[in-house]
Amino acid sequence: MNFDANDMNFLPWLIPAAPLLAFFVIVLITNRARWLPGTAHEYSGDGQHPHYHGLLVPVVTDWGRVASIVVGMSGVVAAWLMSLVVVSNALGPNIELGKDVFASSIAWLATGQTTFSMRVMIDPLTTVMLVMVPLACTMIFIYSIGYMAHDPRQARFFALISLFAAAMLTLVVADNLLLLFVGWEVMGLCSYLLIGFWYEKDSAYQAAIKAFTTTRVADVVMLLGIAYLYTQTGTLSFREILYNEEVLHQLASTPALLIGSWGVSAAGLIGVFLIIGTVGKSAQFPLHVWLPDAMEGPTPVSAMIHAAAMVSAGIYAVIRMYPLFAAGGHPHQGDLTLPLMFMAVVGAVTALFAATIAVAQNDVKRVLAYSTISQLGFMMAALGIGGYVAATFHLITHAFFKALLFMASGAVIHGVEHGHQHGQGHGHNGHGHDDQGHEAHDSHDVQAEHGHEAHGHGHGGERPDAGLPDHSFDPQDMLNMGGMRKTMPVTFWTFLIGGLSLAGLPLVTAGFWSKDEILADAWYGLSHGYGAHTLVFVCLVLAATMTAFYTMRQLGLTFWGEPRTAAAKHAGLPVGPVSVSMTLPLIILAVLAVIAGYVGVHPDFPLFGALFSSNGNPFFNFVGPTLLEKPEKLAFDWVPVFFSFAAALGGIAVGYWVYWRKPLEAGQEDPAIKALGPVYDLLKNKYYFDELYERVFIRPSQWFATAVVSEFVDHGIIDGFLHLLARLANWIGEFFKALNLWLIDGVGDGIPKLIGDFGFWFRRIQTGRVQQYLLLVLIAALLIGVIFAISAGLLQAAG
Amino acid sequence: MVQPLQVFGFDALSMLIVTPALGALLVLALPGQSKAVVRWGALLIALGITALAVSVYAAYDTSVGGYQQVVSVPWFALLGASWHLGIDGISAAMILLTGILTPLAVLISWEIDDRPNMHLALILFFATGCMGVFAAMDLMIFFLFYELSLVPMYFLVNQWGGPNRKYASTKFMIYSIGGTLGMLLASQLIGLTAGTFDIERLSTLWPAYAGEMGTFLPGVGIETVKALAFVGFFVAFCIKVPVWPFHTWLPDAHGEAPTAGSMLLAGVMLKLGAYGFIRLVIPLFPDVWVAEVNILGAFTTNWAGIFAFLAMLGIVLGAFAAWGQNDIKRLVAYSSVNHMGFVALGIAAMAVAYGNAYTQSHSVELLQHGILAANGAVLQMFNHGLSSAGMFLLAGAIYHKTHTRDLREYGGLWVKAPIYGGIFIFTSMASLGLPGLNGFVSEFLVVRGAWPVFTMLTVISMIGLLFTGSYILKGIRAVLHGPFNLHWKDYKLEIELREVVAIAPLLVLMLVTGLLPNWILSVINGSVTEMVTRVIGGG
Repeated sequence: MNFDANDMNFLPWLIPAAPLLAFFVIVLITNRARWLPGTAHEYSGDGQHPHYHGLLVPVVTDWGRVASIVVGMSGVVAAWLMSLVVVSNALGPNIELGKDVFASSIAWLATGQTTFSMRVMIDPLTTVMLVMVPLACTMIFIYSIGYMAHDPRQARFFALISLFAAAMLTLVVADNLLLLFVGWEVMGLCSYLLIGFWYEKDSAYQAAIKAFTTTRVADVVMLLGIAYLYTQTGTLSFREILYNEEVLHQLASTPALLIGSWGVSAAGLIGVFLIIGTVGKSAQFPLHVWLPDAMEGPTPVSAMIHAAAMVSAGIYAVIRMYPLFAAGGHPHQGDLTLPLMFMAVVGAVTALFAATIAVAQNDVKRVLAYSTISQLGFMMAALGIGGYVAATFHLITHAFFKALLFMASGAVIHGVEHGHQHGQGHGHNGHGHDDQGHEAHDSHDVQAEHGHEAHGHGHGGERPDAGLPDHSFDPQDMLNMGGMRKTMPVTFWTFLIGGLSLAGLPLVTAGFWSKDEILADAWYGLSHGYGAHTLVFVCLVLAATMTAFYTMRQLGLTFWGEPRTAAAKHAGLPVGPVSVSMTLPLIILAVLAVIAGYVGVHPDFPLFGALFSSNGNPFFNFVGPTLLEKPEKLAFDWVPVFFSFAAALGGIAVGYWVYWRKPLEAGQEDPAIKALGPVYDLLKNKYYFDELYERVFIRPSQWFATAVVSEFVDHGIIDGFLHLLARLANWIGEFFKALNLWLIDGVGDGIPKLIGDFGFWFRRIQTGRVQQYLLLVLIAALLIGVIFAISAGLLQAAG
Repeated sequence: MVQPLQVFGFDALSMLIVTPALGALLVLALPGQSKAVVRWGALLIALGITALAVSVYAAYDTSVGGYQQVVSVPWFALLGASWHLGIDGISAAMILLTGILTPLAVLISWEIDDRPNMHLALILFFATGCMGVFAAMDLMIFFLFYELSLVPMYFLVNQWGGPNRKYASTKFMIYSIGGTLGMLLASQLIGLTAGTFDIERLSTLWPAYAGEMGTFLPGVGIETVKALAFVGFFVAFCIKVPVWPFHTWLPDAHGEAPTAGSMLLAGVMLKLGAYGFIRLVIPLFPDVWVAEVNILGAFTTNWAGIFAFLAMLGIVLGAFAAWGQNDIKRLVAYSSVNHMGFVALGIAAMAVAYGNAYTQSHSVELLQHGILAANGAVLQMFNHGLSSAGMFLLAGAIYHKTHTRDLREYGGLWVKAPIYGGIFIFTSMASLGLPGLNGFVSEFLVVRGAWPVFTMLTVISMIGLLFTGSYILKGIRAVLHGPFNLHWKDYKLEIELREVVAIAPLLVLMLVTGLLPNWILSVINGSVTEMVTRVIGGG
């Protein structure tokens, strides 16, 4: 393979390589400036850790931090630029990208007489992802410069998100399920490390472990799916499997292993295995529990996980493998295969289920987390009923407005923390614990302190003492906010745009257009009397209504009315580069959250169709050819549009009525508590899934690991048996020893001295000094070895 | 025919075996009071071994295949045994692994102040035993070196181990020697019946032997004799791998061994067992593996099925047991049970393919499954050698500084030891089988090969893979995460330069093998493919 940067076929390799290289450079060079992990400035100039007095920690110099930022930014920007080159080539007039992809491959694994190749490719779906992912990543990187500016481990942060971006880009350009899985899992590692970025904090590392373990449940199943697919087809190249009628037909007509007798085809079982992978990665019911807890990470990470990368990867994977899932069925004729049915049901249930939980959350980021789960459910459901293009479309628009919302909420949290400190003045000093103590585990206070410090406070110079232990104030609680439209206007307007896009405000937001496409697909099936489509339609309309409602609730509680705390009153971003780097991405994404929808307007939509889609739906026409069989175009229908309008406007209206007309005042109870009654508690506690899993899965397996496997089986049974054998052998030895003594005594004084000596010697052996015995063996063996090795050499030399 | 390498006029394989032993004697002869001389001397010798191993590996020509570097000199003509050495791709990979780990073990033993020359000599002597096993093409030689490798390891654990070292070393020694008794009898039976101890010739002679010359056991059919001989080998290698439920010596021995001992135990010694299966048990007993076995009259399976079942138990229960440990070295030790379970699963699938090919009841697909599973098993042996040695090195590094192995006494150490933390996470992830690092490639190949052969067992094994994640995260959490335990405030916890140098080659190999595994897999694949396809219809 010759290097040629102008060769479009080669470029896909380089896109993920750029941030990957940045990761290695930061880890190996810039991050290590003075052996990590904080600035001298950060650690009061003498290398002391702020929370553990007298603890000298390694320190990074300021230039190391700056260099890390520069390297990280260069990596992601390079990837972005290369993606732009690829995209502009892909959009070129003479290219029919569905048929002829840009691709290149390397021999990767020797498998018997054959070779397994790794391949990358650019097809229409990849192109679309390459528009979204590097752009969103770059925004997140820019935002991180400001957000993490005062975190002692900023260099490490940039290393990890560079790796995160590299993994996501690998996944996107892969033309091989195994390569996709590499990106998939490396992303899992990055999310683990980034969710637990403030690893001193109890909740952070627990959330990290939860995220990794929950997704791993799904990943091991997915691994089986990959192995099965490879077994069945002898390849894992998407192009060779999904763009190949014959292979798909063969997969759909072979009965599955294990459950083939139930009428499941190989394609069906493989499909379900692979979709379970997505259920974990994209946090679908019932493996959704990790995503809300993932809020423990720094906010740019939340944006990365929720919008640009991790969860999008899950949906991207199922979109990518859609032909496999659909093999043998015709979703547009109501004939859903098992994987499609599975996706439709899981997606519809998740969309509705998560939307209900979001209604009763008070943490500004958690509301968004549940809305992510719900929106991903929309995409799953859409794909399940054959809405291939609609799901892709919603994936893209969602990424823009959700990245926006997360980063805006990060700005809000930053602002509230800033305001909180401002409100408290600078009088506090000292730490909550006496650091002289040497108690091994005295760190409860330390932990709590770190929890607060964790958010990387916004002002370096005047900061008296980071991380005051203030257990009562939660800067993420929306009840502590209110009225922030005045103090943080830019954040307010961008948050509003993102929120309305999420709510699907008709005609002017991207979220409306993509959601409308999904509903149109579902309605088409419903009007033909297909069951799955009906379920999807009903669930999604309800979920969309609730989405509009909880978004209005969130906006109302955060920005409307009067400030409910002093912190909210004084909220604001510190002026300077921090503020610039944190608001610029918001503005860019806000623009995208509006205009991104106009690439996919139905041509027959009144006015807008003529305006934006005079030559047919551009998004549809571009993405459609990814499939071997171009998806069917649906005729324009007023009914789903009506429902889109009704759901969005209805939800917004109710939200306005409850939370904007009479904004919540300080100390006032959330009106939803009264209105929902006991249901509110159920929703607030997320249907008690965490508690259920804790009791049903986690504790029993811990008990099984310690009490059953380690203690009972290994120590009790197996070692018990071995010890019994050993004791038995000992007894026999003792018996013969006694017998000997008795015999010797019996024969009496007439025994020759020789035998006496022998007995004496024999007893010495019995004292258990095996070492001496073995030493003899060793020396003898050495001698023998040397002798015959030399003789062998001599003989050979002679021969 | 590839011309054997010559080193100082001797053939390279003999040199590979003899050099460490001579080096050991030399180190013993060095003045013990000048520790620096002893250490550097041992390191130089170990690097010499590495150089030899690397050149032997590099000299293996995959386009030719078969056994290369063959040396054959009559040795014990009366018995029909000869000094017969040679390597194929599988042994080349194992020799490379041994060659890489030996100097690292020497380097990590820098911290030993008690009789360093004895300690280092034993490490070198251990290399002789392992190289001998991997290069042997004669059953007697194989057995000799197989037993010989036990002795230095016994002393390493017994003399330089942790508080419970006497129990651990005795258990290790008696268990291993007890296990090889059956193997000794079986190999004598086979060798004397066939009139040769040549492994290559036995691989065709013994499976074809139908009892024309008697069976040494009057009145017992040849089928039974073969099955008994099979069991002799089977148990011996099961103990070494170790396959569940023969594994309980391992957490004790690993836990108590000094760092270098643990590294070599996990890195190399366990591979002797797995290598024995591939080199001896599969070629000698192809028909026994797939012959029907009735279990308590309840249901019928075959030996390969039983082996796969035990492998599955090793994967699942090994992971659970590791998760249940509070001692960092025992946790890593149990992870070996878990990882070697995948090796065993791959070998079981290979045995099915090989056995069916021998009896000509195979399909082309089955052969492919077997080849992939065997590729995975051998690569997993290599990979586990890297990652488990790395994990033990890191566990030893932290133990050396804190003098505790109790996970509950660490906590938040990442604050004070950032580089150690980074390396720890990297190595843990390799051990966990993160795609992009080495362990994943081999686990994937094993799963791919075993899935169509042992579908249900593979599905259950996935539970083990899940809990692999749990114990790895438990380790990371206990050592690095959480609030900093102020007890270690004044301790120097960061990894030392010498330790970084010792683990760096492992880290590089983990990454390279994960990204481009073909550098070694093409060598392994050639021999595995040759082995499985050559046997069709009795070879």
